[in-house]
Amino acid sequence: MTARPNQPERYYNYAYLDEQTKRMIRRSILKALAIPGYQVPFGSREMPVPYGWGTGGIQLTAAIIGPDDVYKCIDQGADDTTNAVSIRRFFAQVADVAVTEDTGKATIIQTRHRIPEQPLKAGQVLVFQVPQPEPLRGLEARETETRAMHAYEEYGLQYVSLYESVATYGRIASTVGYPTMVDERYLMSPSPIPKFDNPKMGDNEAILLFGAGREKRIYAVPPHTSVRSLDFEDYPFETQTWEEDCALCGAEESYLDEVVLDDAGTRMFVCSDSHFCADRRAAGHIGPMADHELAALETEPA
Amino acid sequence: MSASAPTVLDLAEIAPAFNDPTRESQAVFRKVMDAVARPGTIQDLAFAPEAPDGLDRAAGAVALTLFDFETPTWLDPALRGGNAESWMRFHCGCPLTDDPVKAAFALITDVMGAPALAAFNQGDAKYPDRSTTLVFQLPGLEGGPRVTLTGPGIKGEALLALAGLPEGFWDQVRANQAKFQFGVDLIFVAGDRLTALPRSTRATIQGN
Repeated sequence: MTARPNQPERYYNYAYLDEQTKRMIRRSILKALAIPGYQVPFGSREMPVPYGWGTGGIQLTAAIIGPDDVYKCIDQGADDTTNAVSIRRFFAQVADVAVTEDTGKATIIQTRHRIPEQPLKAGQVLVFQVPQPEPLRGLEARETETRAMHAYEEYGLQYVSLYESVATYGRIASTVGYPTMVDERYLMSPSPIPKFDNPKMGDNEAILLFGAGREKRIYAVPPHTSVRSLDFEDYPFETQTWEEDCALCGAEESYLDEVVLDDAGTRMFVCSDSHFCADRRAAGHIGPMADHELAALETEPA
Repeated sequence: MSASAPTVLDLAEIAPAFNDPTRESQAVFRKVMDAVARPGTIQDLAFAPEAPDGLDRAAGAVALTLFDFETPTWLDPALRGGNAESWMRFHCGCPLTDDPVKAAFALITDVMGAPALAAFNQGDAKYPDRSTTLVFQLPGLEGGPRVTLTGPGIKGEALLALAGLPEGFWDQVRANQAKFQFGVDLIFVAGDRLTALPRSTRATIQGN
């Protein structure tokens, strides 16, 4: 796909948002970075996709992106899903920006529900699409109350909830959006990433920005910041593991999606990070089902 | 009461700002964002347009990128009534305020005569983002007393040696950090260059 040249007759501003909106979002980003994990309210705009489709992440990207950026967009780890392809095309068109699926080459990576397997580096920005920025919302419906709980660092309720999970299930059962403590001050929702990805947030080289369009909140984690997943001494935080390896690339340490193949219950487990998997296969790694027809589909360019 | 009685701007006297406001403000913002995300790193804004008398290029670039009608701005007496003020009123459209507590941004060139950090808006317990962001224009970002920085955005520790700050300034910075989530955020500029100290950064003067 080629980027459309920046034609002056274009009927929208560069990167879609008007300059005043970008300034407002930029100021919110700076305050979010200065108070890691704190949710900054911002004047979220109507975007050309519905709330729930990544409007928070799109507004963050629109406020920071420039023509020198290289943009990658993933949904559940994959570059080739509908939401990711649409948003990537959107920015290629409105921001005249180069796009890539290569995690290492991107300067801005927008994501829904995953952190790439490949470690990020300085100079990269990871933009999360967040449906519900308030980690306490499931426990306390009133914003006035959750604001006060954050203000006074009153997080007992969250621990009670984790304890109830241990009492009921014998373990902390939450697997997605697992609550984290940022720099030992603010309780933060990591967005609905699997808890598998939580350890990647702390001491990351990249800037992590979180945008919730419907809820009108921006928050951030600067590089090299402590992000601790809550747990108990006798019930320590653990990530998911699989008995299977990736069926296509044989990866043993990546986050796997289960794919049902037919009505008889045949299934395969494949890397959720499509670029990570394709890269490994290009490097000669072979999984037990590498010759499956899905493998060919996976290598099609988006 | 506003900082100076509104006067009719003489447009012929007002220097130009960004040549391409969209692209240049984006480029400036990314430098400022990197500075706040990585306290102690020094960013170069040599590509920004020249600012009017009394204002360094990097200070002007920050104003053009972040100030607008939503951000009451406190200017120090050295800038009031001069070309810099007219330039900002015209290009940014920011309201000026005499009251440091009402300021979203403060622009300080006379560092020795500046009010204490605690005089500015410290934010609200529930909305700490409402605090003032102070922009200090210094003679240099190097050559002053060496200060060790730790905290979010810093791997291990970082060093900074800002020049031209008054005696006791770093005690104020330490007090500002100690009352986190409250506190002001600091941006320092000198010439074309910029660095930042958000309230989360812990600063220690070496030798103390």
